[in-house]
Amino acid sequence: MPVTYQELYFPVLVQAAIAVAVAGGMILGAYLIGRRVRNPIKDLPYECGMEPVGNARERFSVHFYLVAMVFLLFDVEVVFLFPWVVVFRELGWYGFLVMFLFVDLVLWGFYYVWKKGVLDWAAVRRAVEPALAGREAA
Amino acid sequence: MQAIIEHPWFLPLTVGIVIIALFPLVAAYIVLAERKLLADFQVRLGPMRVGPHGLLQPIADALKLLLKEDVIPAAADRGLFWFAPVISTWTALTAFALLPFTEQLHVVDVNVGLLVIVAMSAVGVLGIIIGGWAANSHYPLLGALRSSAQLVSYEVALGLALICGVMSAGSLSMVEIVQAQLERRVWLAFDNYGLMFIAFIIFLISAIAETNRLPFDLPEAESELVAGFMTEYSGLRWGLYFLAEYASIIVIGGVGVTLFWGGWLRPFPNVSWLEVPLNVVFPLAFFLLAALISFRLSRRLLRFSRWRALLMAATGAALAGVGLLFLLPVAHPTLSALFWFLFKVGLFIYFVIWIRGTFPRFRYDQLMDIGWKYLVPLAMAAVLANALVGMLRAT
Repeated sequence: MPVTYQELYFPVLVQAAIAVAVAGGMILGAYLIGRRVRNPIKDLPYECGMEPVGNARERFSVHFYLVAMVFLLFDVEVVFLFPWVVVFRELGWYGFLVMFLFVDLVLWGFYYVWKKGVLDWAAVRRAVEPALAGREAA
Repeated sequence: MQAIIEHPWFLPLTVGIVIIALFPLVAAYIVLAERKLLADFQVRLGPMRVGPHGLLQPIADALKLLLKEDVIPAAADRGLFWFAPVISTWTALTAFALLPFTEQLHVVDVNVGLLVIVAMSAVGVLGIIIGGWAANSHYPLLGALRSSAQLVSYEVALGLALICGVMSAGSLSMVEIVQAQLERRVWLAFDNYGLMFIAFIIFLISAIAETNRLPFDLPEAESELVAGFMTEYSGLRWGLYFLAEYASIIVIGGVGVTLFWGGWLRPFPNVSWLEVPLNVVFPLAFFLLAALISFRLSRRLLRFSRWRALLMAATGAALAGVGLLFLLPVAHPTLSALFWFLFKVGLFIYFVIWIRGTFPRFRYDQLMDIGWKYLVPLAMAAVLANALVGMLRAT
């Protein structure tokens, strides 16, 4: 049986290498086989037949950043929970209590985030709509 | 030769290579099954032209994709555009290495197998966001942003649901998780007096969201975003994204089956008199029934074309042959374990297709609400409740 981590994970590495080779090879194969006819119109980004306006790399809603940050917190929490759940029977009630407190703290943070409206996607529209209405009136 | 076969890396590497070699074909036939099933739900016939009852359709599709022109928009970031679908496929295919098909038949069994799979699926998000960004077009960027926010949101719920499973099993190794279910005499989905079923339902919902399937297929909401992050992709590059999607369905199905449905174990693994009916008679009947249906279809096809009827009959014969293999005592333990694993994964895939044929797509704010406001708190509660019950049972 393999003993060291290097030996244990070696097949995973090989599998990853083969997977990359297969995926890359398929694209390369299609690139070599397929016919290529280029023209400026065809190389435009797809915009339902219209000429695209401006660069696509504009600013986007800050909500996406917020969700990413909240995700980071919760993913770290999940990662903290993983080692505990494997041995939670051995750790006993003390471990349970400590973990309960930890989850409790995270939940208060979650409550705060919720109340601040980070998770409300429809509320963005509600906040913007009066402003839009005002502009239309003017 | 003997030295090669007995080498500890021989079995893992063979299994890995076989998986990667077979996977594109399997994915293509899952697509055919999906099209046929959806057609059936909508009272249509589905693909019927290529081969008998569309049996050769996947091969025709693959050839078409291979021969398609390789278009890269002028504004795109060429390197990343090239690279993104490869990341998606790579992560999905690598996660296969951790799936325990049977007790022996797997690439590796590492002590943190489940964590490695979760990590691979988290890296898979990169393929989508890079792909959408690299195309430098409005729809793909919006699709990629939505998609990554969705995947990231449901990953929390998925992780918490998995934690409940790990808590019952007491291990992160995929093989040990299944062995724990044999010891505890229960599939983990029904453990802790039914409390685990909540975790299982959360897992199911977030698994469907994680694989971008309808009702959660917001990333490629055709009605508003053309094809989401895949809009600029064509030909085999698009094919790779497609492949990655089906690979991740199988992987997440495998994880669910391992964690909640007892992996390669047959139903009621501790009831010994069910051994023969469930491990021999059921698979045999399953394959013979499929063969019988094929033969009947082939007789009907004979009126239209001889080669189609022949192909259908050959399919039937192959199915019957696979069924008869279950009577061989030599291959039997591995074969029936493999059958149960694949059968359960097949059930999961059928379920996912069924859901797709049933539910309309969610709106984006509904999607995020379900993820954060319902699933995450519920999953947290499930973790704590299961921990409490687990502690009470242990003491």
